[in-house]
Amino acid sequence: MSQEIILSAENMSVTFGSGRKAFRAVNDVSFFVRKGETLSLVGESGSGKTTIGRAIMRVHPISGGAIRWKDTVISGKVNGSAERALRQKIQMIFQDPMASLNERAKIDYIVSEGLYNYKLFTTEAERRAKVEAALLEVGLLPEFASRFPHEFSGGQRQRIGIARALVMEPELLIADEPISALDVSIRAQVINLLNRLKKDRGLSFLFIAHDLSVVRFISDRIAVIYRGKLVELAPAEVLFEHPVHPYTRALLSAVPVPDPEIEKEKCLVVYDPAQHDYSKVAPAWTELSPGHFVYGSDKEIAGWQK
Amino acid sequence: MKYEVPVLDPAPVSTGSVLLEADNMEIQFNLRGRTLTAVRKASLQLRAGETLAIVGESGSGKSVFAKSFLGMLDRNGRISGGTALYRGVNLAALKTEQQWLAIRGRRIAMVFQDPMTALNPLKPVGEQIREAAALHRTMDKEASRLVALEMLERVGISEPERRYKQYPHEFSGGMRQRAVIATAIACGPEILVCDEPTTALDVTIQAQILELIKNLQRDMGMSVLFITHDLGVVAKMADRIAVMYAGQVVEEGMADEIFYDARHPYTWALLASLPQLGIKGEDLFAISGTPPSLFRTIKGDAFAPRNPLALKVDFEYEPPFFQVSPTHRAKTWLLDPRAPKVEMPETVKRLRQKLKDKKAEDIAASGTGKAKARKETSR
Ligand SMILES: Nc1ncnc2c1ncn2[C@@H]1O[C@H](COP(=O)(O)OP(=O)(O)OP(=O)(O)O)[C@@H](O)[C@H]1O
Ligand SMILES: [Mg+2]
Repeated sequence: MSQEIILSAENMSVTFGSGRKAFRAVNDVSFFVRKGETLSLVGESGSGKTTIGRAIMRVHPISGGAIRWKDTVISGKVNGSAERALRQKIQMIFQDPMASLNERAKIDYIVSEGLYNYKLFTTEAERRAKVEAALLEVGLLPEFASRFPHEFSGGQRQRIGIARALVMEPELLIADEPISALDVSIRAQVINLLNRLKKDRGLSFLFIAHDLSVVRFISDRIAVIYRGKLVELAPAEVLFEHPVHPYTRALLSAVPVPDPEIEKEKCLVVYDPAQHDYSKVAPAWTELSPGHFVYGSDKEIAGWQK
Repeated sequence: MKYEVPVLDPAPVSTGSVLLEADNMEIQFNLRGRTLTAVRKASLQLRAGETLAIVGESGSGKSVFAKSFLGMLDRNGRISGGTALYRGVNLAALKTEQQWLAIRGRRIAMVFQDPMTALNPLKPVGEQIREAAALHRTMDKEASRLVALEMLERVGISEPERRYKQYPHEFSGGMRQRAVIATAIACGPEILVCDEPTTALDVTIQAQILELIKNLQRDMGMSVLFITHDLGVVAKMADRIAVMYAGQVVEEGMADEIFYDARHPYTWALLASLPQLGIKGEDLFAISGTPPSLFRTIKGDAFAPRNPLALKVDFEYEPPFFQVSPTHRAKTWLLDPRAPKVEMPETVKRLRQKLKDKKAEDIAASGTGKAKARKETSR
């Protein structure tokens, strides 16, 4: 993994609605993604994970802060050629492979869609070669191109979704719950595929998920989000071994461990946001140890530092 | 021909004795003129007061098998062989809805993955629980309303009076699943079948629902048949585990026996593909290929084509069950005394060591850690 930062969010907020009905789905969030790394975003449903992904994809406008791709600010207005480049460099893969694929189109068209939209080929032979390469890369046979999505298993459909992102030659893949709909055995195949793409191609991932066992296995760093706010961010092993924010601890305690002896003795930690006393001192995003950030008041931070 | 309403043997079944015994069950579906055998001579026993988990990959027949105990098979499906004995009644022989009403909901109830399909969106939640409570008992409206309120409270829904009048869409996902559970337990069933009840929920909510099911089971003395493909959830819930593959139970045993001493190559494969036990930076173990088509007769051991350790005999003859301990058995030729000695794969061995190490660590840390965790919970 290099040190080069390709994407960063700086004090980013996303607000839906306006006036009294305004709802801040993402609230003052900062993080970055390095080239060739996997950063995961975890948190309960409705916490703002998907909104962050969609803001980076420029589906939702942001209401505060900035998003930067390499050296360019990409939130707000960008010129046409930059827009085009972004649409190619950042790709998204989705949770439900079935819903994200056009049922009536052949695999060949599905995988080529982005190439057509952005005219990323000159000859028909070149387009076909690209599709073939993308299918091979995700472990599918090129002859599958002439088939329809319903002829494939869940795992194969998920790979088709990945192939159509790869064909664009992206640098960052935003994966929104890409494996939670999959079965154990297929899940392992897709996890291996994502990891291989990272290693071989130097792809970066923003991985959005709630299955923490998978997250631990594939992430370099993990950010925990609670009601639109990042509460903790750390290298994966640090987060699992030394979680400090009470929400992170609650979340980790809820992850079932595949070991009956551990699991049957475990006590559930329940998070109650009322436990923080922020009436006198406002909490802040603080670096506890190198690369380990947490959201808390001075007093809390002092306690967590021990 | 008129079918008799089944008469259940009322004798108390002591904890640990067999309550439901399915023997050689075969279940088939008719699909555009072709026959699909979803459950192929599978057997299992559910004991009084226990939680039995059924695990296995998608399509292995977990749901179909469980639904057959409630007379809930789809129209094109039927039990084509075997028996399912419950309190002296063979459930496999029940024919009419009338007969099933004596069992379903009243004695054996079910909770599904998607709470929205189990609830009527147009009716207040409390009314639905009340109806479930009144369905099998003669009681007046007020009495059943009180039962419904009590059920709401039992499943951890606060302000039951107010919640009673609300509609399903006013409930969050986790609350809805609690309401479904309230409906299921309203008649005080003896067996609760849970089919992936938490798969659609967040981990934190999932943990709470699992806890709830456990508590209800203990307090009401129910037996639970729990279907899932998440081995973490299994570890939390199961006293015993049955592993299904291609319509058959291929291994069953106490939870510890399956996690720490599995004998079937398919169980090994399932365990080895867990990300919790993978080594970061290396490939995770993945089972190659796909399960066999259930339209065709399967020759030999159904897992053989995907099993790198398969023996010649696996492709020819179906293995019988071999007993590993009084509570543990597996359907694999590897356990035949004539079989060559095959070691379980490294990954599974490593897994065991890893779990052991982890446990040692946890015990070392427990002095402070656990006490603290308890306090946080009680707040
Ligand atoms: N109504 C039906 N008609 C035809 N085939 C069916 C029907 N219902 C189930 N099946 C088939 O029976 C087999 C077993 O299905 P079942 O739903 O029991 O699997 P499962 O183990 O519960 O899988 P999952 O983990 O995906 O829920 C599958 O091959 C399925 O396609
Ligand atoms: Mg099922």
